[in-house]
Amino acid sequence: MKVAIASGKGGTGKTTVAVNLARAWGAPVQLLDCDVEEPNAHLFLGGEPGEEIPVFIRIPSVDEALCDACGECGRFCEFHAIVVVGKAPIVFPGMCHACGGCAKVCPRGAIREIDARIGVIETRLSDTVSLTLGRLDVGVSMAPPLVHAVRARIQEGSPAILDAPAGTSCTVVATLRETDFVVLVTEPTPFGLHDLTLAVDLVRELRLPFGVVVNRVGVGDDRVHAWCRKERIEILLEIPDDRRIAEGYARGRLLIEALPEYAGLFRSLADSIQVRAGVAA
Amino acid sequence: MKIAFSTSGESLDAPLDARFGRAPRFLLFDLDSGSARLVDNGVSRASSQGAGIQAADSVARAGAGAVVTGHCGPKAFQVLHAAGIQVFSCHAATVGEALQQYRSGTLVEQTGADVAGHWE
Repeated sequence: MKVAIASGKGGTGKTTVAVNLARAWGAPVQLLDCDVEEPNAHLFLGGEPGEEIPVFIRIPSVDEALCDACGECGRFCEFHAIVVVGKAPIVFPGMCHACGGCAKVCPRGAIREIDARIGVIETRLSDTVSLTLGRLDVGVSMAPPLVHAVRARIQEGSPAILDAPAGTSCTVVATLRETDFVVLVTEPTPFGLHDLTLAVDLVRELRLPFGVVVNRVGVGDDRVHAWCRKERIEILLEIPDDRRIAEGYARGRLLIEALPEYAGLFRSLADSIQVRAGVAA
Repeated sequence: MKIAFSTSGESLDAPLDARFGRAPRFLLFDLDSGSARLVDNGVSRASSQGAGIQAADSVARAGAGAVVTGHCGPKAFQVLHAAGIQVFSCHAATVGEALQQYRSGTLVEQTGADVAGHWE
C-alpha cells in the first residue's frame, strides 16, 4: 500500500503528518521523503544516515565530427534542451528531461547519451521507520527523475508513506501517481483553502482516493470545513492550533513523542487510511 | 542587416519590451530596405521553460543580425552568440527610439547575459 501526503499550500504540516503517521503506524513502515528540493523528514526521525547513492539522468552529448547541423534534434525537443544554431547543437543539460528522443531522431548517429548527476538518495533506519530521502544537487532543476529514483526504492511487504513537496507541480505529480490514497494537509485560512482547491483538482484528475487533514484548527475561519462539506470531502483528522506543537517542531521533536496525548489522533489516522486505501485497492 | 526589437506592439511607435524570451513578438527591421515585419513569439511565451532559447532560435531563423531588447538571460545569450547575433541592451520607451539609438551608435553591445534567467 502506498499513501501520499500532499498539500497545495506549503507549511501546512505535511512533514508533521508524515513523520508522526509513520511512527504511529505500529508496524514496520517505509517513509519516502519525495520533497527532494528540501528533504526534512530525517530531522524528526533520527537514525544514522546510510550511504549516499548518486542518481543520474541520461543527457545528450553531440559528436561534432558526425553532426551536419540538420536540426532534427532541436525540432524534436519540446523542452529546448538541445538547439541547433550555426554549425552544431547547443545542449542545455538543465532543461533535459532525459527522454532520449534527440539521439533516436538523429539521422547521423551523432548523439550519444551520457550520465549527468542530479542528486543523491540517502537511507536510514529509525526504529520501525525505514526512511529513504532524495536530495537534489544545488543548481539542478530537474526534480521528477529523482522522485522516480526514490520511489524505485520502495519494497513490497510493508506500507509506504510518501511525503510530497508543496504545490501541484510535476514533482508532486511524480510523487502522487499510482499511490493508493492521498492525504491532503491544509489549514483553515483563505490561503489554505485556495491551495487546497488546487490540490483537490489535481488528485481528482489523477483519479486518486483522498481525504483531508486540517491542521491548526482554531485559527482562521470555517471556510475549509464548509467547502469540504459542499464537495463531500472527508476530513480525516483535525489537529488543534497548539503552540506547544510548534515548539516541539522547532526543536525537531516528533509531535507524538513531545506531546503523547496526540498519539491517539495519528493512530486513528493510520487506521482510517488503511480502511480507505484497502477499499480502494 | 535586420535587427529584431522585442515589443508588445506592432509598429515603430510601440513600446520596446524589456523582456527578450517572454516578449510577445519581435519587430524585425531591415536597415537596407527600411521595411519591417513581425516575428511572433507566442510559442516561447507560453512555454513553461526555455522561452529565451526558443525566442533566440526564432530570431536567428528570421535572419536577424542583431537583437535590441531590455535584458537578455544566459541561455538566450548563448544561443544568440552561437548564431553570430549581436545583443544590445536598451531602455528606450519605443521601438522607434531604440532604432534611433542603434543608428546613432549609442547602444553598447553586450558581451554576456546581463540578468539571470527568470529575472523578472
